[in-house]
Amino acid sequence: MKFGVVVFPGSNCDRDMIHVLQDVMQQEVKVLWHKDHDLQGLTTDDCIVLPGGFSYGDYLRCGAIAKFSPIMRKVMEHANNGGFVWGICNGFQILCESGLLPGALLRNNNQKFICKNVYLTATHSESALTRNILQDDVLKIPIAHAEGRYYADEATLKNLKKNGQILFQYCNEEGDVTAEANPNGALLNIAGICNEKGNVFGMMPHPERAAEEDLNNIDGRKLFESLLNLNLVEQ
Amino acid sequence: MTAPKDNLQKPTLQNALELGLKQDEWEKIIELMGREPNFTELSMFSVMWSEHCCYKNSIAWLKKLPKDGKHILAKAGEENAGLVDIGGGLGCVFKIESHNHPSAIEPYQGAATGVGGISRDIFTMGARPVASLNSLRFGDFNHPNTRNLVKGVVKGIGDYGNCFGVPTVGGEVYFDESYNINPLVNAFSAGIVELGKTVSATAKNPGSKVYIVGSATGKDGIHGASFASADITEDSAEELPSVQVGDPFMEKLLLEATLEAIDAGCVAGMQDMGAAGIICSTSEMSEKGKVGMKIDLNKVPTRQTNMKPWEMLLSESQERMLVVVEKGKEAAIEKIFDKWDLNCAVIGEVIAEEILEFTFNNELIARVKPVNLVLGGDSPVYHRTMTEPKYFEEIKKFNIENIDEPNEDDLKAIAKKLAAQPNIASKRWIYEQYDSMVQVRNQTTNMPSDASVVRINGTEKALALTVDCNPYYIYANPEIGTAIAVSEAARNIVCSGGEPMAITNCLNFGNPYNEEVYYQFAHAIMGMKSACEKFGTPVTGGNVSFYNQSSDVGPVLPTPTIGMMGLLQNHENKMGIAFRKVGDLIYLLGKNVNDLASSQYLIHHHGVKNSPAPYFNLDEEFDLHQLVREVIAEKLVVSAHDISEGGLFMNLLESAMINDLGCDIEMKDDGMRMDALLFGEAQGRVIVTVKPKHQAAFEALCKKDIVPVELIGSVTTGDISINGVEFGRSRHFKTVYDNSLEELMNAN
Repeated sequence: MKFGVVVFPGSNCDRDMIHVLQDVMQQEVKVLWHKDHDLQGLTTDDCIVLPGGFSYGDYLRCGAIAKFSPIMRKVMEHANNGGFVWGICNGFQILCESGLLPGALLRNNNQKFICKNVYLTATHSESALTRNILQDDVLKIPIAHAEGRYYADEATLKNLKKNGQILFQYCNEEGDVTAEANPNGALLNIAGICNEKGNVFGMMPHPERAAEEDLNNIDGRKLFESLLNLNLVEQ
Repeated sequence: MTAPKDNLQKPTLQNALELGLKQDEWEKIIELMGREPNFTELSMFSVMWSEHCCYKNSIAWLKKLPKDGKHILAKAGEENAGLVDIGGGLGCVFKIESHNHPSAIEPYQGAATGVGGISRDIFTMGARPVASLNSLRFGDFNHPNTRNLVKGVVKGIGDYGNCFGVPTVGGEVYFDESYNINPLVNAFSAGIVELGKTVSATAKNPGSKVYIVGSATGKDGIHGASFASADITEDSAEELPSVQVGDPFMEKLLLEATLEAIDAGCVAGMQDMGAAGIICSTSEMSEKGKVGMKIDLNKVPTRQTNMKPWEMLLSESQERMLVVVEKGKEAAIEKIFDKWDLNCAVIGEVIAEEILEFTFNNELIARVKPVNLVLGGDSPVYHRTMTEPKYFEEIKKFNIENIDEPNEDDLKAIAKKLAAQPNIASKRWIYEQYDSMVQVRNQTTNMPSDASVVRINGTEKALALTVDCNPYYIYANPEIGTAIAVSEAARNIVCSGGEPMAITNCLNFGNPYNEEVYYQFAHAIMGMKSACEKFGTPVTGGNVSFYNQSSDVGPVLPTPTIGMMGLLQNHENKMGIAFRKVGDLIYLLGKNVNDLASSQYLIHHHGVKNSPAPYFNLDEEFDLHQLVREVIAEKLVVSAHDISEGGLFMNLLESAMINDLGCDIEMKDDGMRMDALLFGEAQGRVIVTVKPKHQAAFEALCKKDIVPVELIGSVTTGDISINGVEFGRSRHFKTVYDNSLEELMNAN
């Protein structure tokens, strides 16, 4: 699997993602510019990452302008053909705006930007992004956003649950999904979801910020390892 | 030659006074020019000769500060920011700057553009900003405006830095009534550059094209530099157009485009447009290169129609740079800026004659020699007189014997109160609004330490960064207090595993024409000088902010903020403050002193505002730092934390509560008062913890040294006990400590 990391004007986690994919996970990365009209040879075996940041200054609404960029037409084709797409933070917002994922990300219920470590639990291990994560794993991964409160209507939520599309929920250190552990007011403590086919992922927390021993936190690495289907020896 | 015409009324002395100049300055301008200036030219002088641009009331003292050092590649005053060699072919560019007056009037934009401005100072030299810190001062929570100022400033810093994509990794905040009307917003930025790829703010090569790149020029911030050099008054809100408006998205694009243009070899010289806009950057770049410039103002991309030439010259619109482009690279730089959808307009060219000529509609409207305008050239230099402040009389009367000593129950209650005191309590409500982790460099997120440790990706090195200034100590004794500020910064860096390298300063004081204020300023410089010389940390630059005062509460507490940069050769040497494990041994390095002076306990519990600076000895301080560095380098300690606000008690609590641990302390008191032992802020003390298996090696190493070292106890499961006083679980204090500021912010 190769990776393509899209750079929008205002992306600011693109370098972090490229660093972790290349230097930590030892993967091949193509950098995709927002004005590009092609994916530099990436195929549906590969994964396109929409990184965090403030694409187009987040003017109008987070992710609302990015969806009209030339590269996004190609990303949508890639997704519709079954290729992996992974949006993190602003990338998740862009995927919701583009209609590749259901729902929307609203302003945090405290009306403020929040940057801190939070705890996540994976709802199941059936998806490509969670297959290496055990039911009782509690992952410490940071968030950094002002608009991360996941919202969808009743019917959509019902479908998400039915189809196993809820991938990550905010929880406390013990792994319990509680109201106190919800940092932004997201419905059902939703931190990350996927589409019905299971090839498009969106999440607010930043696994690339929790992937190195130097930073004293490697919980985020499990997501990369899952996606790469690395068979790791559990300790 | 005929004098330039700007089609405006010929100015008089009265106009000069209205623009903030003095009569003798008006006369000096006429003498330098050999004629009377026109209005446009006079406006140029008024901003370039403001304190903000030319340091006329401070430069005589600033020159006394040490600026040489073996690692220093760009000294104070030479470039937009200091440049320090950190080895491996890399340099660190760093600086701190104030944005106090704009933040007083419009906290959100004032603070945001403060972050933007300091960041441009870093990347205009070719460095990629890797860390931001800030030092903030607000009024008392009893003042009706304090919450709004805090909310606005914090949101401004957050929104700008978060979007710009540079982590805010640290800072300090104090609340005191002297800042009620005039808050302080000091922004620090550090960047990393490959040596050989740095850019100088120098114009050269006559015939080279001069470009303006980035945002279009609007009417915002006109005369902002002069505005920063006057007292804040009731009417200051009417000066709103003096406050600039920031756009972090534009800044992010400008950063990427600028660094790309430097990489492509397009840039011969560059300076950001900060205070005093085009006039400042054209004159400073020309003077540095001993050349001149011809500028056609019709070519400047503008945001509004019908902008007058003098408005374009003085506009402080943000996110702009002045670039002298290498000959033959014009098309290349235009292509890069087009890629990033940014303006990139030729507005003139470098000329050999040392003169600035501005034309508009094909008419010469202003003609001034750069040397007449700039610091180091003909801008005025004043030696102000000073008088010892009257309040020193009150300080001299202080006697610790007159302070009631609390009983044991009171001590416990006081401990809780101090943990909740906003000057001591966690600043979580503030820092969680800042993206502290972008760029995956911040090594203190999951390992808090006294200084912020920022990894230099691709190397084994890390920067250790801190901003420090306890303004109460400076007020008590400007010279000792400022030496303490430098020492505390150095102490924070050594406790985090680094070596202190250099400092930048942000000197926030009241009106320099007030002789008592000037006394504080001059003595602060003396204290800074002695401490910087002792620690081998030269001053690489910074900023002076006078006129921080209001009619209600007078001058602010003198606040010479120190921003210090340190280096870890290997980031594996980083050291945190948290107790690690039950049974680890706790040692005090340095000595306790029966001292309460200027402590938060004395000020807030006893209401005593006038007392001396706390115990401090520069030589002992230096020896302590050497010992701390040695025990960390030898890997004999597992935590290190200096004793500062709130004294020994707060130090132990802060280290204990991170991992829900406690401590059992039984230490010599030599007949000391219990309140001084717990809450006194005598300087020169660090607490370290040592694994039992390292006890012998640690003690052997300490014996060789001259620093007093005492085994005072051990880490326990969760209770804090000090010389028989039982304070209970650290966890209970943590709730108070973590939430106090948020509760204050939400209270009405």
